[in-house]
Amino acid sequence: MNRRLLQAACAAIGAGAVLGLSAGCEAVKVVAEGVAAVGEATGTVSHEQAQAIAKTGTALGSALEQLTPENEYWIGRSVTATILGSYKPYDRADLSRYVNQLGQSLALFSSRPETFGGYHFLVLDSDEVNAFAGPGGLVTVTRGMLRLCRTEDALAAVLAHEIGHIEHKHGLRAIKKSRWTGAFTTMVVEAGKSLGGADLAEAVTAFEGSIGDISQTLMNSGYGRASEREADAAAVRILSAAGYNPSALTDMLGEMAKGYKPGGLGFSKTHPDPAVRVAEVKAMLATPSPVAPPPARQQRFAAAMRGV
Amino acid sequence: MKRWLSIPVLALAALAASAAPPQPMSVQVRSGQVRATASFLGKVVADLPYGTQVEVVQPSKPWVQVRTAAGQTGWMHESALTTARLQLKAGSGSAQAGASASEVSLAAKGFTQQIEREYRSKNPTLDFAWVDRMEAIRVTAAEAEAFLAAGQVAPREGGAR
Repeated sequence: MNRRLLQAACAAIGAGAVLGLSAGCEAVKVVAEGVAAVGEATGTVSHEQAQAIAKTGTALGSALEQLTPENEYWIGRSVTATILGSYKPYDRADLSRYVNQLGQSLALFSSRPETFGGYHFLVLDSDEVNAFAGPGGLVTVTRGMLRLCRTEDALAAVLAHEIGHIEHKHGLRAIKKSRWTGAFTTMVVEAGKSLGGADLAEAVTAFEGSIGDISQTLMNSGYGRASEREADAAAVRILSAAGYNPSALTDMLGEMAKGYKPGGLGFSKTHPDPAVRVAEVKAMLATPSPVAPPPARQQRFAAAMRGV
Repeated sequence: MKRWLSIPVLALAALAASAAPPQPMSVQVRSGQVRATASFLGKVVADLPYGTQVEVVQPSKPWVQVRTAAGQTGWMHESALTTARLQLKAGSGSAQAGASASEVSLAAKGFTQQIEREYRSKNPTLDFAWVDRMEAIRVTAAEAEAFLAAGQVAPREGGAR
């Protein structure tokens, strides 16, 4: 197939995909069909090739939704490796075990308990107050954030919020729509069974760009208020279902509000004012109540947090 | 169409729709457990690798009752399953050969292990060792249940997905 034509078709389809992601699949389908029809009419593609382009175009509108959990898993690994380039892990096996027991238990109560590689949690050796949700289930949380937690319920609230981001695939949504053009080229070539080295390079470039977009969003720009609200709502739902006190989320946000400096580092840079979130979360709670964990829970929490 | 025809026709269409066997589904996670009961605490009766097709016996939510190719019946969480047919090898699908739109998209080279390898060779300073260590920490459903019980955390009735 004529590679230049293909590129042009893909650029058009890519532009259509931007529409498609916001306005539904039909826009993409129309663009793809249009591109195919023009190519066929001008004799630059055969009828069969035109059909292949049109068919593939139908798939592109929902491409974000159709990134498989496996694709998401490979993206999440590289995003987490990127985060670990800026934050060193806190190497304490007992704490790691505890945070994973808590986080992986909570994940069972999410609406998306199963991801390709499962949920895993790691503490970062940083005083900064922050936590990151790598696509597919790789959650990292700083010692600074752990220090703000007064109870296991509060830590559960932090982890449940991150699980909420993964449930809603907020990381994948941070990928710039323009990235898809390259990836889509590969898909169309793939449909025509002529994948070569250049196409692989293109896919790697799209991957690299996607990792950059997500890492940048996690560490610098943030998901934005609507996504944070969604993750807070998910946290309230998960905490309640698991049996933790969802009021711990407002407690935790209250602690975070004390250190919130607009334009500051860590969560201040990437999250809306916690005070605003407290008001929103309070409205989500059926019956707010003081967080008073039983002694057994508080003791194991204190033991795990020793030295943090 | 005459007005009086439409009601029986619609009823027939509805009957046909309800009688149609549910679409098969595919495992979309690395390892999909089929459980004896609709709960993560149910005994594992089969462990199915990515891409395995199962027959849907009861399309309930969030637990779907399935039958494996080996004839075992059990329950899988809906998040582990997809109605799209996953193609395991790139190059095995072709739009021209009549593959559906979703098949073509899912068959895309996409972002897989091959792409990570390429990405790592271009970014040699990235350290994946901790990512691997992180992934190695697994908590079984039974361990999660014991953890919650020891902390006197009482899951809401029906809360366990």
